Amino acid sequence: MEDFKVIDNYLMVKMPEEIDHHKAAYISEYADKYILKDTVENVVFDFEDTRFMDSSGIGIIVGRYRKISCFGGKVFAIHADRQIKRILHISGLHKILEIME
Amino acid sequence: MIEVKTQMPYVLQGGNYMKNEMCMEFDAISTNESLARVAVASFIAPLNPTLEEISDVKTAVSEAVTNAIIHGYENTYGYGCHGISKPAYVEVNEGKVTLRCKIERGILCVEVEDKGAGIENVGKAMEPLFTTKPQLERSGMGFAFMEAFMDDLEVESVVGVGTKVMMKKKLRCGTWLEHEGEE
Ligand SMILES: Nc1ncnc2c1ncn2[C@@H]1O[C@H](COP(=O)(O)OP(=O)(O)O)[C@@H](O)[C@H]1O
Ligand SMILES: [Mg+2]
Repeated sequence: MEDFKVIDNYLMVKMPEEIDHHKAAYISEYADKYILKDTVENVVFDFEDTRFMDSSGIGIIVGRYRKISCFGGKVFAIHADRQIKRILHISGLHKILEIME
Repeated sequence: MIEVKTQMPYVLQGGNYMKNEMCMEFDAISTNESLARVAVASFIAPLNPTLEEISDVKTAVSEAVTNAIIHGYENTYGYGCHGISKPAYVEVNEGKVTLRCKIERGILCVEVEDKGAGIENVGKAMEPLFTTKPQLERSGMGFAFMEAFMDDLEVESVVGVGTKVMMKKKLRCGTWLEHEGEE
């Protein structure tokens, strides 16, 4: 899948245009395949194309964080627009997620 | 409760506020989450809402409708998981979600109703991070988002009967006061 790329020990996940419960399952499922099989330590969520997200997106991030944080891995967010940043902040996710400009 | 009735001739009350109502009913399957939020976004479009208002409303509607589908009727993904149109699980529970919207004086009222499982303790359910489905990676932030993105949130629920979520939001052009703007 072109939406998932491994660069060094980072898994880059290109998030879809709309992230809701309907889309969430496949993102988590695919991300976990890469996390298990490759030498992935950290996960980068790229929100460049994302125009909509609800709390299902929070579930995806927290779920992946749980899988990698016990091995010292980190989660990052890039290209998050204002609305997505707001959602990340309201849910307190900025405490575990590094939001890059 | 929003009663959708045939529209009476409407006399503009001083302001330029539009009055409009709509009601839709759809199957409790996950593909309809986007249908519902896009419908509400189009419903408020004539009022020229800000981009932020549109996003807020879409997120809140998405949360309420998703809850009806996955908690009310326990339909985990319904159809279309992985972008294919065959059922992700063979079993999909029958159930309808009703979405009612009303705009008056620039105030949007949205109701999302299901006839599903119901909530035992509404106060507890509304606490941030509380979820009964952690195995599905639910974050427990649904009600918190509805509260944050709308101005008013009320939940009525009876176990075994169903759940109704009522939300209100004042759009940029709106006023809470019935008579504001009248001569
Ligand atoms: N329509 C509903 N029918 C039954 N239970 C519901 C409904 N909506 C919410 N709930 C209950 O309230 C809890 C909290 O909801 P929410 O804040 O949206 O978090 P989440 O959906 O992530 O679990 C749910 O886990 C569920 O137990
Ligand atoms: Mg929810």
